[in-house]
Amino acid sequence: MAEAMGFFTDTTVCIGCKACEVACKEWNQLPAENGGIRELSGDSYDNTRRLDGIHWRHVRFIEQFKGPYDGRWLMMSDVCKHCVQAGCLEVCPTGAIIRTEFDTVVIQSDVCNGCRACIAACPFGVIDINPVSGTAQKCTLCYDRLKVGLEPACSKACPTDSIQFGTITELRTRAEKRADQLKAQGVKAALYGADSDGPLGGLNSFYLLVDEPEVYGLPRKPQLPTRNLAKSAGFSVLSAGVLGVLALVGLRKRRMDQVGGSGGSN
Amino acid sequence: MSDTFFSGAPHWTWFIILYFFVGGIAGGACFLAAVLDWFGGPEDRPVVRTGYNVAAVGAILSGALLTIDLGQPLRFWHMLFQSANFPAIMFKGWSPISFGAWAILVFGFFSVLSALGGMAEEGRLQNPALRAVGGAVRGGSGLAKVVGGVAGLLGVFIAGYTGVLLSVTNRPIWADSPWLGALFVASGASTGAAALILLGLRRGASEQSLARVSAFDTKALVVELLVLAIFIGSLGSVNRVWLSFWGLVLLVGVVWLGILAPLRLHLQRRPVASAAKLVLLGGFLLRLATIFASEGVDRYRVAAGM
Repeated sequence: MAEAMGFFTDTTVCIGCKACEVACKEWNQLPAENGGIRELSGDSYDNTRRLDGIHWRHVRFIEQFKGPYDGRWLMMSDVCKHCVQAGCLEVCPTGAIIRTEFDTVVIQSDVCNGCRACIAACPFGVIDINPVSGTAQKCTLCYDRLKVGLEPACSKACPTDSIQFGTITELRTRAEKRADQLKAQGVKAALYGADSDGPLGGLNSFYLLVDEPEVYGLPRKPQLPTRNLAKSAGFSVLSAGVLGVLALVGLRKRRMDQVGGSGGSN
Repeated sequence: MSDTFFSGAPHWTWFIILYFFVGGIAGGACFLAAVLDWFGGPEDRPVVRTGYNVAAVGAILSGALLTIDLGQPLRFWHMLFQSANFPAIMFKGWSPISFGAWAILVFGFFSVLSALGGMAEEGRLQNPALRAVGGAVRGGSGLAKVVGGVAGLLGVFIAGYTGVLLSVTNRPIWADSPWLGALFVASGASTGAAALILLGLRRGASEQSLARVSAFDTKALVVELLVLAIFIGSLGSVNRVWLSFWGLVLLVGVVWLGILAPLRLHLQRRPVASAAKLVLLGGFLLRLATIFASEGVDRYRVAAGM
């Protein structure tokens, strides 16, 4: 297996140019939404709004304005996190979602049947149906480019190196150095998903944030969907057991009544 | 804020809601039919046969609903076999959808066998091949009881795994409580009993037999109400999602019309058909409200605090 590869996204240097979104769309030949006629969000300069089956990269604009002179823009190029323990891969009933030799998570479009289990399983809301293929789709971390030694299209296009591509080991070292540098300057910087002992065994696409994860639309403690399996199955068995006993007891009581009734009439 | 608010909605809507409803009825009816098959008397045979018929039709309908809901319906078999390595089996024991796909197939097989056995018992099978199969599992025989028993156990699984499936996600409400499976088991039992009451009345079921099913329905409704209360209690702050139209549906449609009203009718020993119709309505609205309340949560507005 090749070394684990991924992205480190330094949100502090993102300028919201959306070059990554365009490069991703172009390389992966993703269709336009609504025939190219985009409906404006009306409450934000962010008109892409979300990651879905035809938006595998999304530059999130977080507009924090309290008044005309008091505010800031946070920008984050969002993408599939290629979780080390991936919920989508865990629940996929067709085996369409696989882990590649680069430790990335890829949906095989010719195997997926569009059941949408992965969409509900992803704690980050990354996956959605591509209406053209009728299958679930998301970032492949440009698996086709990686196979021939090329860098993913988005990080290649990023003009500020907000999106950095490399081996996970190298990216983590770089991210820690950058976080320390910002902290020394008094910036409230924190890494999200860079810890292999953290949630989901770490994320192969991790971030440097300067606000709480929720502000960026990221869950504080993402979890695997199967965390509920044992408990939920156990309570279901308990419920079934109670109903089974009630059915048998009721039946027995009625039969006893019948026997008693017929005995009395004799 | 629960971390489930950051996930995406899977667009499981009408076909899935109908499947959850039909699967619950089929599973519950089959379970009750199997119990009466094993422990009931000769007067229960019409209800037993009706139960197996409901299960067989429900299983076939469930498979059809699940297939047409897929983005690529012709690839439905990818859930059962490895598409690139046919005929190697595709099965993940920890994925409720994978487990469920196999369970529906096996449930369908056993419930259809039981239904054929019931038809053979009534002498309704004309086709020689079907008569041969039905004759082998003729209703009332030892083998028929075993086949019916397996179908009944699988029926409970079909009724409940849909709730477990919802819990094994990262969606609001569904993944915020481990009680949905238990709730769907209880609802499947009550709706299955209600279907047997309504159909049994038309198929010559004895008064005694219907009274047994009705008595079981009353108990199932009490269990359902208790589990529903635990489920709501376990959601904690996520309950704010119910401050919507779907909360109203849950309160008025499910709790009042679907559970309390039929319970009252049962206790007053009023005609069983009216109570059964209300139970079916409540069972459908339970699935409707549970699915749409979560589907309607917009992750971005919530994330942005809007």
